[in-house]
Amino acid sequence: MATIQSLAGENEQHPDVALVERVRGGDVSAYDELVRKYERQVFRIAQHITQNREDAEDVMQDAFLKAYEKLEQFQGNSKFYTWLVRIAVNESLMRLRKRRTGKMVSIDEDVETEEGTVPRDLADWTPNPEQNYTQSELAEILRKTIQGLPHGFRVVFVLRDVEGLSTEETAETLGLSVPAVKSRLLRARLQLRERLSRYFRRKKGGEK
Amino acid sequence: MTCTEFLAQLDELIDGAVTTEMRADLRDHLRGCEHCEVTLNTTRKTIEIYRSHEIYELPASLRERLHAAIMERCKRGC
Repeated sequence: MATIQSLAGENEQHPDVALVERVRGGDVSAYDELVRKYERQVFRIAQHITQNREDAEDVMQDAFLKAYEKLEQFQGNSKFYTWLVRIAVNESLMRLRKRRTGKMVSIDEDVETEEGTVPRDLADWTPNPEQNYTQSELAEILRKTIQGLPHGFRVVFVLRDVEGLSTEETAETLGLSVPAVKSRLLRARLQLRERLSRYFRRKKGGEK
Repeated sequence: MTCTEFLAQLDELIDGAVTTEMRADLRDHLRGCEHCEVTLNTTRKTIEIYRSHEIYELPASLRERLHAAIMERCKRGC
């Protein structure tokens, strides 16, 4: 074990690579570390996609179990986290399909909407709209707002802006082209901005 | 530069992916366009607010339960 860790240090590999190697060598406690490291993110992504608490719990379990089973297939040319996110996204979409039987659920369909492409609400509610709300009020506003986004925009925004994947990683994870991710990201950001403006501009004007 | 041209570069500007020359052009536009300045500031804030607020929290008790279930299955070889 020490050998693997010191080798990892010399090559400046991502710490996850050493953990993955330990799991492959039969050390389940190393997987425990990986689960602890990423369970919140996986749960969040699943909740954003399925929009259902029970489904998100199931997805979180299934994604980690599937990743464990498939660990031999993990090549190491992408980050473990990105690889795990891809599994979590696929599990979430499968869960969504089950729930909406007969209805296609896909993230690669083009989203036909012009909403938000031209900014209309131009009230300046920066710098601190948060201070007008309690944590739970704000969380509710943020949830409602993001839930209203088209599915294909929401996933891109969550992976790219909330979970911090790069544009390329987001494209790879979702099976989209880089230009498609860029176009969706811009529209997602602008739509969210527009929708948040409806809440924040009112409060800023002193209306309750 | 028009507002439409500015918007086309908005993501690159926010993500710090514009060239020095382009950045100067965008700054020039911002100096004379309050609308684009508001759009830029509020879009930045939108991203920041989603990044810094946990809207789907995983409560500790649930986390422990799910975690235990995962590890139990892994130890049994899934």
